[in-house]
Amino acid sequence: MAEPNQGNLGNTFIAGLWRENPVFRLLLGMCPTLAVTGAVKPALTMSICVMFVLTCSNIVVSLMRNLLKPHLRILMFTLTIATFVTIADLAVKAFAPEMSTTLGPYIPLIIVNCIIIGRAEACASKNNLITSITDALGMSLGFTIALCILASVRELLAAGTIFDIAVMPDKFVPLAAMSMPVGAFITLGLILGLINAITKKRA
Amino acid sequence: MDYVQTLIMAFISVVLVNNLVLTKFLGICPYLGVSGRLDMAFGMGMAVTFVVTLAGTLTWLIDHLILMNPALEAYGLDVTRYVCFILVIAGAVQLVEMYLRKFFPTLYESFGIFLPLITTNCAILGLCLFLNLWDIHNFAQAVVLSFGAGIGFTIAICIMAGIRENLNMADVPKCLRGAPITLITAGLLTLAFMGFAGMIK
Repeated sequence: MAEPNQGNLGNTFIAGLWRENPVFRLLLGMCPTLAVTGAVKPALTMSICVMFVLTCSNIVVSLMRNLLKPHLRILMFTLTIATFVTIADLAVKAFAPEMSTTLGPYIPLIIVNCIIIGRAEACASKNNLITSITDALGMSLGFTIALCILASVRELLAAGTIFDIAVMPDKFVPLAAMSMPVGAFITLGLILGLINAITKKRA
Repeated sequence: MDYVQTLIMAFISVVLVNNLVLTKFLGICPYLGVSGRLDMAFGMGMAVTFVVTLAGTLTWLIDHLILMNPALEAYGLDVTRYVCFILVIAGAVQLVEMYLRKFFPTLYESFGIFLPLITTNCAILGLCLFLNLWDIHNFAQAVVLSFGAGIGFTIAICIMAGIRENLNMADVPKCLRGAPITLITAGLLTLAFMGFAGMIK
């Protein structure tokens, strides 16, 4: 994981989108990526939660970076993240109860999402506030894009809809397997293969 | 007899039918990361089984004796559930690490980096949350489910490691090498495990 350049905020932001895309490039945060991408709506809710938690935890970690003792570092990160995840979980329960049932345990599982703890360790604990926030926004936007791509492919093939709007012709036979774990693994595998093929050709 | 039967059914269901890795996508990071060699995969599986049994049991106790205790309901303690759970897991991992280093140094050496990594294994926190979500009100059942989840993880990661050791010798298209082919293999494996779905109602 390359260190974001202190002086170049634009680069830090862009890095999360493509060059260091957390899902496609670094293979972090696989659990939510695979679990909530059955349809676009839960994927988007999940991304917003991750964006909130990542930004807030990066801010807090960046502010307390000079007070951290090395051996208690990870524990402090985890506790900070767990607090913000509780806030996000309660907010989703209050404002979108049916979405909360769909996502089930995957919102609390943001606590152990490697993207967040990885960014706290690799970026926020070493950089100032502004860089950390930029990094958090870039990374979570990259995560959102990856989740949305995966979810659109799966929802399109599993139900013939995107965002609950029918887009496929009536004759289209939905592939039920795409909404199951099989679809998740194979779609992500093929997308990664495609990305590899594209980048190899360019290089 | 009925009681024992329920426990056995719970064990089989969490190992095969509701396998955390293959049906709930939990613990995917080590599943993809450490499944390169069979012996390492087995070591990881054992470490996870141990911690998940300990953590599942402890969090169930905390959840039922403190957080959901009717006498303490007025304080709204269940808000702190996630913070408590993650602290218990981190503590359990630390405890296991210290115990192994002191009494089984060779085993400790062979676990290496895996032990601290287990703290952020979603299978462990996931199981603790599922015990709460499935409404398990029986202590023995909670212990059996926690242990079964660990065994299920071990089985999944060992099968994967076995396949990947053979995959090294296969002629995989260049762009699919590494992670993509692993994910596709995992997909086919979940398809196989779906065959168990009808086994327990």
